[in-house]
Parts: sequence; structure tokens; C-alpha cells
Amino acid sequence: MIKPESLLKVDRLSKRFRSKWAVNELTFALSPGSIVGLLGGNGAGKTTTLSMLLGLLEPTSGSIRLFGHDFVKNRHAVLHRMNFCSPYVDLPQRLTVRENLRVFARLYGVHNSSARIEKLTADFRLLELMDQPIRRLSSGQKTRVSLAKALINQPEFLLLDEPTASLSPDVSQWIRQRLRDYRDQTGASILFASHDMREVELLCDEVVMMSHGRLIEQGSPQDLQDRHQRDSLEEVFLALNEQGGGA
Amino acid sequence: MNTSTIGRISALLLRYFFLLRSSWPRLLEIAYWPTVQMIIWGFTSVHFSNSSPELTAGGILISAVLVWDSLFRSHISYTLSFLEEMWSRNLANLFVSPLRPWELILSLATVSMIRTLIGMVPAALLAIPFFGVSVFELGLPLLGFFLNLVFTGWAISQAVTGILLRYGLGAESLTWMLPFLLAPFSCIYYPLETLPGWMQTIAQYLSTTYVFEGMRALVLHDEWKPDLLWKAFLLNVIYFILGLGVFCLAFRSARNRGLLLQSGE
Repeated sequence: MIKPESLLKVDRLSKRFRSKWAVNELTFALSPGSIVGLLGGNGAGKTTTLSMLLGLLEPTSGSIRLFGHDFVKNRHAVLHRMNFCSPYVDLPQRLTVRENLRVFARLYGVHNSSARIEKLTADFRLLELMDQPIRRLSSGQKTRVSLAKALINQPEFLLLDEPTASLSPDVSQWIRQRLRDYRDQTGASILFASHDMREVELLCDEVVMMSHGRLIEQGSPQDLQDRHQRDSLEEVFLALNEQGGGA
Repeated sequence: MNTSTIGRISALLLRYFFLLRSSWPRLLEIAYWPTVQMIIWGFTSVHFSNSSPELTAGGILISAVLVWDSLFRSHISYTLSFLEEMWSRNLANLFVSPLRPWELILSLATVSMIRTLIGMVPAALLAIPFFGVSVFELGLPLLGFFLNLVFTGWAISQAVTGILLRYGLGAESLTWMLPFLLAPFSCIYYPLETLPGWMQTIAQYLSTTYVFEGMRALVLHDEWKPDLLWKAFLLNVIYFILGLGVFCLAFRSARNRGLLLQSGE
């Protein structure tokens, strides 16, 4: 069901690679100020969906309306209002943290970029890392810098592809709290792709569950558990997969 | 061009400036190869001038080396800057930003021009005290030769970066191969008539041939032939459009196949 006040409306979105449907007739919406988890196992179609929502991948069919614009046809009308972070995409390794943030601030046309970088430096505890090249940082530090880059333009819509993958539980928890703070302070919407059910349960207001490129369930984590009479999202996901012959 | 576009292009220029600043070997390399080439060909020229002075009259060999290098440098500088984004897996960050593909092209061309000048000017200046050859004596036509070859370099780069987008780093060797494919047909060191008939036919469709024929006419016979420069320019316009077409098609194909997120080592 598409909500009229949605910031993002995805309608029957599909992507086919040769004969395989990576995403098949996916429909969901995202309200302003919500954190939505895109949940699914390996090969469920999460990254393919995110790539289409970022304009990196051309959909085979379906539509994406973002901020009221037809994103497939005119993504440049809204790209300055969004950003993303993924552990699978790096920042220039030889540039320092400060240089990277300066470049991306300019790329996104951030006004008063020095103040913005200063704020992000404080928020993500980057002060002692600012003059270090990215290649010398640990994976946890890189994630903090990538998130700072993702927030450089104060995006109204933030897309995150498994941002806490391979991070220790304490760092993951710290990052989840920063994301929650950002949403609370700015009213931004966050779409969060993950296969970590526990993390999605902790962070997201709503969940879109995918399997084999299809939407198999959606709702708030608590609603889904109640509806399927299970104690956790993981159990809901496993039950749904069993029913549907999933992964 | 609006202020947002200028801001985004300046962001990329800043990125490449930071990159060069972070690595002195990269900076040194820009001027190193043109200078080494100039020295090797300079001594070759000195050697030939004793036995066959007509081969080296007016410093033609050194001038040809320097002018040819402007094509090679402009192409390599453009393509290497693009490859830096692939090596560092940063392309996705750029393509999800408000940066438009044509702004990326303009940024790469600007960086290429700056790097080519940084590489060529010291080599050209060193040729004066070392071998008594000044390409600057060619005057205004030198600018025409130089710009035409830089333009050819960009046309090749557009096609190569498109192929890199589509086929990934497996196609990296094309960066080095393609300019050398043109070299034998371009009549850099010998007149067009030296080539066998079938090669002459191909050479006539290359902008580079007209640049070097024009340069030889000027250096050896003191004859300025602007028509040759115009032919070169018109061919370059066609090549540039073709190169741009390859890039656009490859970009579209990469976007369709989901390669923009995966590009990297």
C-alpha cells in the first residue's frame, strides 16, 4: 500500500539480469522521518534495490518517485538531497579524512563546509584521524568516516548498505545510536539494507523483507512478530522462507 | 555553466590536487617521462646530425618527440585520473553525488591539460640548453599542433574510459596500447610517402598525420600550412564525438548491468 505522504514510492520495481529477476515487482513506500530496514538473505535483491534507488542501476521496469520526482528519468533533480554509505565502496585511499570531507562537501555544494566538517568531526569522533590517509584507518574508523561523508550534505534521504558489516558489537551499537540521533535531529528518512535481523529489529521503525527479489512481508518489527507469532524477526524471516521455499 | 557545476568540477580538481600532493613520485613522474624521452632522442639526434644532417635539420626529431608526447601525456593523464577512481573504488561515490557525467569529463580534461603542461614545459625548456632546440620558436603554430594532439588524446581517452567502465580493470592495458597503435600511421618521424600504400590510406584519416606533416613543412621548409591544421582539427572533432559516443554507450550499458557499484580492484 503506497502512502500518499511518502517521501519515496517504489512501485512494481523490477530488475532482470539476463533471464534472472534480481528484483521482481517490488512495491513499498517510505515516510519522512522513518528508518526502514530492507531485510533479506544473500541474493535477496537488497543491494540491487539500493543500486536502483541510488541511480547506479537502470530498472527493467517499474517506477521510483523520490521527493515527488520521477527518479528513473531525472535523478539529478534530487541527488543533492540524498547520500549513501556502504562498506563495499571506498573513499579515495590516499587522501586524508579532512581532504575527503572537503572534496565531498564541495561536490555536494555544502554551504559553510568548514562548520559542517567540524560538526561531523565532533559527532563521529574523528578529530585525531583528520590528517590520516584513509588507507591507514581500521575498518571501524573507515565506517565512521564513510558515515561522516554520507551526512556531509545533511541528506533528507540516507541509504545505507550494511554499514555495520564486519564491525564489533560496541562500534555497531555506537553507529546505530548516531543514526537514530541524526534522524531525530533532522527528520531525515533512512533506508537500511542488512541481513542482520537483530540490528534491523533494534534500529528500524519498519521492515521490508525480501527473498529471491520479491517482497515477502512488511510492517513494523513488532507487528511482524505478532502477526507470525514469533519471538524475533529472524524467526519470522526463517518461517517465511520455509513457507515460500526461500533461501 | 552555473555555480553548482563549477563547484562540482572544482571539487574534482581539488581531489586530484590532493592526490598529487600526497605522492611525490606521482608528481615527479609527470615530468620524468617526457624529459627522459627528450634526452634519449636528443642524443640520437646529435648522433644522426654527424652522419645525416638532413634527418635532424631544425631539431625536427626533438620537436617531433615533444609534440607527439603531448598526445600521449594528455591521454594518459586523463585516463589515469579516471583509473584512480576505479582503483580506489570511488566511482560509486561520484555517480551517486550530484556530479553529472559531462562534468566528470570536463574535470578529467582540465586535469589532463594541467598535467600535460606540467610534464611538457620542463622537457621543452630543458631541450634548449641541452641540444639548442626550442620548440617555442615554432611560434603560434606550435599552439595549434599542441592543442590538436591534446584533443586527439582526449578523444582516445573517452573511448578508453568508456571501455573501462563497461569491461572493468581487465581492459586497463588499452590505456597504454591505443596511442601506440596510432603512432606508426601518424608519420611522427618520417613523411607520409615513406609508408606503403595501404598504410597511407589509413594515415589520411588520422588527425595526427596532418599535425606532423604540417610541423615538418614548417621546420624543414619554413612553410606554414594552416589547411593541414584545419584538417586535423575537423578529424579531431569527429573523433571526439565518436569517443564521447563510446563513453555514453558504455556508461549506459554499465548502468544497465550494475557495473557502476562493482567497479574496482
